[in-house]
Amino acid sequence: MAFMKKTPKANRRSPFAAILVMAAALALTGGGYAAVTATAEEAASNSSVYTAAQIEEGKKLFLANCASCHGSNAEGTSAAPTLIGVGAASVEFQVATGRMPGQASGPQLEKKPVQFTEEQITAMAAYVSTLAPGPAVPTDEMVAADGDSTRGGELFRINCAMCHNAVGAGGALTEGKFAPALKGVESRHIYEAMLTGPQNMPVFNDANLTPEDKKDIITYLKYVESNPSAGGYELANLGPVVEGLFTWVFILGFIIAITIWLGAKSN
Amino acid sequence: MSDKSIASTGSHEPDHEYSAGLATIAADAVVDPGMEPHRVRMTDKSKKHEKAAARQVAAFFFASIFGSAFAIYAYFAFPLTEDLGTVRNNTLWLGLGIALGLLGIGIGAVHWAKTLMPDAEVSEERHMARGSEEVRARAIEIVRLADSESGFSRRKLIRRSLYGALALFPLPAIMIFGDLGPNPGDSLRHTMWKKGTRLAKDPSGLPIKASDVTLGSVFHVIPEGLSELEHHKLEEKAKAAVLLVRLDPADLKESDERKDWSYDGIVAYSKICTHVGCPVALYEQHTHHLLCPCHQSTFDVTDECKVVFGPASRPLPQLPITVDAEGYLIAQSDFTEPVGPSFWER
Repeated sequence: MAFMKKTPKANRRSPFAAILVMAAALALTGGGYAAVTATAEEAASNSSVYTAAQIEEGKKLFLANCASCHGSNAEGTSAAPTLIGVGAASVEFQVATGRMPGQASGPQLEKKPVQFTEEQITAMAAYVSTLAPGPAVPTDEMVAADGDSTRGGELFRINCAMCHNAVGAGGALTEGKFAPALKGVESRHIYEAMLTGPQNMPVFNDANLTPEDKKDIITYLKYVESNPSAGGYELANLGPVVEGLFTWVFILGFIIAITIWLGAKSN
Repeated sequence: MSDKSIASTGSHEPDHEYSAGLATIAADAVVDPGMEPHRVRMTDKSKKHEKAAARQVAAFFFASIFGSAFAIYAYFAFPLTEDLGTVRNNTLWLGLGIALGLLGIGIGAVHWAKTLMPDAEVSEERHMARGSEEVRARAIEIVRLADSESGFSRRKLIRRSLYGALALFPLPAIMIFGDLGPNPGDSLRHTMWKKGTRLAKDPSGLPIKASDVTLGSVFHVIPEGLSELEHHKLEEKAKAAVLLVRLDPADLKESDERKDWSYDGIVAYSKICTHVGCPVALYEQHTHHLLCPCHQSTFDVTDECKVVFGPASRPLPQLPITVDAEGYLIAQSDFTEPVGPSFWER
């Protein structure tokens, strides 16, 4: 801004002061969008067949860590639902993403650092799977991102995108609940979430989305995660509201700044 | 400066005094404050500033040269390839180069005018809207001359045929605007659903068994046969899209006339919002609320999809369903009311 000249008169505010303040405010607002974090969590063991020792270990872990809310026989209490029939997939999803054990009640249990080792999570899943038949954990082959991403994209837009956004950037629900972003989420956790319907997410059983459908959806999500956007800066993929806001604030701000400068007298 | 440059440069100086007529003239009208006192620019006061300003103007022009050269460089440095991601770098750097090339010229020119070109302030008085008698007489003379030279008043055939041509010219628009129709008739009141149509999965079109729909499941449904349609597939889908949910029958609040519209806790509702027609598809499994992503209208699935929040004014229409002999879900009939937003005749 070489055309800026400081006037010796103290009471005259330079028109560029307003522009500078505006620019600083805009930079701060824009910086907020940049905050994107995603930490991948450790995957639990892949075995669907459990040993008696694992089941025994799982029962001990369950009684020590889960029974106070879910009941000593996993029958559920007023604080938490029953775990009979939820299956190993549900346990692995909830514990391996850190959502369980829950820390505080709120609109929604959120992802947090995982509290157990892989072996411990497998043991708990083993124990819960003995209570009643339920969805089993997927194999590595079932969650490999080598399906049809085009088909997966269509299925994702029909079944998932209304909450999770067309490229899995996440979105708001009611009363503080939200659909989390899917970037950086492990394939097996995506699979387990579809299968078991954690919290307010509906269940997508194998009759609705077949294992092949689920694999294609995972392939699509991994594809958009690893491919750069052709259209320029993504603005967190939040869609036309954010893009419009950017245009109104930054582009219009720039035009206003130029207009003010055009109309100002030279010192 | 008022001694020097406040001069009227208008060519039509008012040469008449016009009466104010019956207009009320406020006695305390705001007085014209006159011109602001002229302030001499730094570039007029000191040679040093003048030279600096000249360098700045040149710097903007040099920036423009750099920008244009960079745009040429960027075209080759960031080529478009098979990889879609290269579009971003190509357009970004090419665009920034061209923008700098244009902005440099523009900003330099304005800066030049503001700091170095003469700084005299000039004002121009507005003249009266009415021209002088002389100008008015001349205007009438020109019109008369044009009429006599062209023979507009004299040659009746030309004049009348021209009127006819001008009158007919806008008529083709009627044909074009006619294509906006025809009126939708009763197509807004009916969808593809009819008695016995199977509920099928979107997009595969595979029919759905009642036993497939487990508690907490949500299915996005189209009528079976939609994929085979040859014409108007999207229009039919936009009207017939349905959301299928299974609830614990104990949670369902059903009025008497709708008691047999659900099957074992499975209910089907139109997915088209009654506000402005967005697909209402955000289903919360625990609250049983359906949320519209456009304007946050919220519908209670347990209570016949009545509106619990937002701008929608009527519940989502329910599709009466049952099962056929093979256990597939079928429609009992079409929707009993028009789906989607309100329209004029409704």
